[in-house]
Amino acid sequence: MDRRLLPAIVLLGVALAAPFIVYPVFLMKVLCFALFACAFNLLIGYVGLVSFGHAAFFGGAAYITAYSVKVWGWPTEAGLLAGIAVAALLGLAFGAIAIRRQGIYFAMITLALSQMVFFFCLQAKFTGGEDGIQSIPRRPLFGVIDLKNELTLYYVVLAIVLSAFWLIYRTVHSPFGQVLKSIRENEPRAVSLGYRAEHYKLLAFVLSAALSGLAGSLKSVVFQLASLTDVQWQMSGEVILMTLVGGLGTIFGPVVGAVVVITMQNYLAPLGEWVLVIQGVIFVVVVLAFRRGIVGEISAWLSRLRA
Amino acid sequence: MFELLGVPPQALFGQLLLGLINGAFYAMLSLGLAVIFGMLNVINFAHGAQYMMGAFTAWMLLNFLGVNYWAALILAPLLVGLFGILLERLFLRHLYHLDHLYGLLLTFGLALIIEGVFRKFYGSSGQPYSIPEELTGGHNLGFMFLPNYRAWVVAFSLVVCLAVWYLIERTKLGSYLRAATENPTLVQAFGINVPRMVMLTYGFGVGLAALAGVMAAPIYQVSPLMGANLIIVVFAVVVIGGMGSILGSIVTGFGLGVVEGFTKVFYPEASNTVIFVIMAIVLVLRPAGLFGRAQ
Repeated sequence: MDRRLLPAIVLLGVALAAPFIVYPVFLMKVLCFALFACAFNLLIGYVGLVSFGHAAFFGGAAYITAYSVKVWGWPTEAGLLAGIAVAALLGLAFGAIAIRRQGIYFAMITLALSQMVFFFCLQAKFTGGEDGIQSIPRRPLFGVIDLKNELTLYYVVLAIVLSAFWLIYRTVHSPFGQVLKSIRENEPRAVSLGYRAEHYKLLAFVLSAALSGLAGSLKSVVFQLASLTDVQWQMSGEVILMTLVGGLGTIFGPVVGAVVVITMQNYLAPLGEWVLVIQGVIFVVVVLAFRRGIVGEISAWLSRLRA
Repeated sequence: MFELLGVPPQALFGQLLLGLINGAFYAMLSLGLAVIFGMLNVINFAHGAQYMMGAFTAWMLLNFLGVNYWAALILAPLLVGLFGILLERLFLRHLYHLDHLYGLLLTFGLALIIEGVFRKFYGSSGQPYSIPEELTGGHNLGFMFLPNYRAWVVAFSLVVCLAVWYLIERTKLGSYLRAATENPTLVQAFGINVPRMVMLTYGFGVGLAALAGVMAAPIYQVSPLMGANLIIVVFAVVVIGGMGSILGSIVTGFGLGVVEGFTKVFYPEASNTVIFVIMAIVLVLRPAGLFGRAQ
């Protein structure tokens, strides 16, 4: 058996057994954010684009799913698809505008565009303003699978998130993913070889946005809530933090980062304002001392051992 | 009473003035960002937090030490600028050889820390800061009422912006700065201490943000989050103007403030987003920004 599959199998075993040990809602939160971080990592780690606006896709999709399921009475699966579709469209619009500039400008542009989405959600009637959309019903999936049972919901969320991980893995290791990496390493060279870098970047951006949307939609199903917190720029900061802590450009890094950051938020919640300060300190420490992140440092250490 | 485009002139000119004031802050902040980016290649995400620190320093100087507005106008930028120099020495200088991304992430973390600490001690509500005695009251210009303090903010910030432009574009020191932006190694070879210049530039940019904060204190409430949303608008302003030109930053800053003011009169729902919409349009038509040089 391929040795690289080993960590994946161990993780799968842990994920299947986890709800019997840990509170399922907490686990589902971790799963949603792990997916969000992986979707974000697809851009920063494999294309080298730093988006500071991913909250717009996450929160936007959360609102769409919440509204369509609660107000229009759509089934859960249709609500999820609607969320993904809207996030992908937003991603197409953001991407088309933002990929005109690179590096630092790209970050500022995506941040500004997502702030626009935030103000839209703040003012629009359907989002319920400061209250958000609350108590979203958990309709049965495909009319059969009862999502009101938390254990069932957990396995459904797990299955969806794992399929999304698989999609990301396949994308990164496909010829398409190789072209993306070559654009990250040397864009002029990739262009000179005949690749239309803009198209590749845009497609990667849309994919990342759609998967972030899936994460947001799932989050609104799990918590039965979509609120302004989901679209705020702090959310974009959080997903960056998770990816950075876990390790930019590593497959499992964002998952580890999501586990660490969500666990930390959970235990530190009573400290109130200090959570932000601690997150800031982690940013500073990671940027200064552990730029490879947890998974990156571990794999660097392992390869040193072998050498 | 005559009307302009269906809007009473008081409302129109009132919003125009408010727009000019916002524009003054956009201009001063984007100027600081541009100066810092030019020398350090770092986008200073903590700029909003440092603007807030300027306002808070003025508030603390007044309430704890009894130092008045005029002294705070000089002291607060100096203190916050020194704090900036400390940040540069401790953290930023270790990142110059890396991707620009890390500078952004580091200063983002610093902004979270600074804003979090202030929120811990002052909550998210604002502290009042009264207008200095000399500038209370106002003049009736016939078509509108002009409060003295607001007139002072617009005039003084214009003077500050033009002084910065003169310093960078027309003096010997400025020529060193511009040279070091183009080619630091060569400038260092001529015997100029470039690392120290970089440090002072960051301190200067941060001080400029703090100065804007002091000026904003009597107009807006002094609150820990006053800089957090502002900085995002300023980023959009920087993208629209392009960071290539000092005068460009000033013109774009004031211009967008005025546009935002007019939007408040004619279509208030869009006033929060108009600058972002303009940014999107500019990016489609002129990706390098209005005053930027093509890459």
